[in-house]
Amino acid sequence: MKNGKKRSIKAFLRDWDAGRFDLDAAAAEPYSAAPEGESAEGTATPEESLPRRDVKAYRAVYPLLAAMLGAIMIVFLFLAVLDLPAFGKAGNPSENEVVRRYVESGLSETGAVNIVSGVILDYRAFDTLGESHVLFTGLAAVLILLLELDGKKEEPDLGLIRMKADSILGTAARLLIPIIVLFGIYVILNGHLGPGGGFSGGAIIGAGLILYAEAFGYEGLERFLNFRSFRIICLAALWFYSISKCYSFFCGANGLHTVFTTGTPGRILSAGLILPLNIAVGVVVACTMYGLYSLFQRGRI
Amino acid sequence: MDYFELLLLGLLVICGIATCITKNLLSSIVIFMAYSVIMSVIWALLKAPDLAVTEAAVGAGISSILMFLTLKKLRDIRKKAEDEKREEEEH
Amino acid sequence: MTEVLQKLWDVRVFLAAVVLFAVGFVTLLLHRNLMKKIIGLNIMDTAAYLLLTALGFIEGRLSPIVLGENTDPLLYVNPLPAGLVLTGIVVSVSVTAVLLALTVRLYKRYHTLDLDVIYATAMKEHGVN
Repeated sequence: MKNGKKRSIKAFLRDWDAGRFDLDAAAAEPYSAAPEGESAEGTATPEESLPRRDVKAYRAVYPLLAAMLGAIMIVFLFLAVLDLPAFGKAGNPSENEVVRRYVESGLSETGAVNIVSGVILDYRAFDTLGESHVLFTGLAAVLILLLELDGKKEEPDLGLIRMKADSILGTAARLLIPIIVLFGIYVILNGHLGPGGGFSGGAIIGAGLILYAEAFGYEGLERFLNFRSFRIICLAALWFYSISKCYSFFCGANGLHTVFTTGTPGRILSAGLILPLNIAVGVVVACTMYGLYSLFQRGRI
Repeated sequence: MDYFELLLLGLLVICGIATCITKNLLSSIVIFMAYSVIMSVIWALLKAPDLAVTEAAVGAGISSILMFLTLKKLRDIRKKAEDEKREEEEH
Repeated sequence: MTEVLQKLWDVRVFLAAVVLFAVGFVTLLLHRNLMKKIIGLNIMDTAAYLLLTALGFIEGRLSPIVLGENTDPLLYVNPLPAGLVLTGIVVSVSVTAVLLALTVRLYKRYHTLDLDVIYATAMKEHGVN
């Protein structure tokens, strides 16, 4: 079953690249081997004048219409913006009782010194779970589109040799990568105490991994970050997030005592679930960023 | 402080327009990177440090790297197609 | 005259956000190059985020990181737009990645980035006039 699916995707992508795949033909019958593009080109010369004129008229009218639409939209947006309350003044309508509630009791309820962290990982943690899944789904879509199923070994090896010869990049990377990764870890672990958190820290660590792959090739990374471990790490982080949040929701809704306490605000081990959730989100984001780079660069993870 | 903010906003708009009217895709992406960095400084001034850190890492880093890689991949595809065409002509 | 200038000065950041949104929108509509369309979409995204963040800003207040035990709401700016925009930034990067992958796929088949040419070729292939 698994094998058959793989082959069908492979055949589909190959035919699509060659321009042989046609949705209507595929719906009617299994696609024919004869390239139908040629026959269409050969016979369609007399009829081509009609769509060409259409296309020309469309090309002349479209920019005009688009510019008009843009101008109308800009005028309306300007009028709307002029009605907004003044920028930076106290007492604008966005400063209402919701904000007051979050700021006043955020520290005692979540234990997070950084209120933004407390909002996105405690009050609105479900939203952040969906966001992590959006990232993961985006990676899956890119994986479907860019994965090169006919394994070609020559191209990456050539790239590897060229990269290894670059000594300036190698020296700079050797100095910079530990600092970048350490800073990323600091940003993740400090997410509830200061600016930062899973998303920014994960992106920084991903950037460090990308720099490593660019400078020293993929061999070193593949020892611990191949496709298998990549899947395991991402799924484990997402599962950990879901399960710990399920536990937290269940206990919170039923008024039960949870093992995650808010602790002393300001300590590194405080704020209940926020620190582990930050780590899970950071892992997912770092893996996704590196995976996207690897897919765009060489067509596999 | 106000004038610095105004300068940054002006630079932001200039960068945004320049990104869109530049013909060369590579320079357009580089200007987009500068746009992201200016945006992150503005967010730091607007007292949103979380956003500043995230935008500096994601907008100026990852997005632009992905766009550069796309350009590289497009060039590879073009070269491959040209090579194949040349081989066909030689045969 | 001064009144109008004062009004414009009061909404300066919103005006910049609107101009950037318009620039991105027009790029998205008018440019035929797919990469340019993606960059225009990114500019539209950041413009919307700038507007949201600017709505929560209040002059002279601190960023929403609690100082000591002081939880006076009049001391900090609004933390909610920052939370919303943080979600948006990360979603927009994954949208960009998917769009770029689709661009690569389209280029592999049609060998051009011009959307009109791609559209015309696809129509001809399907035999639609």
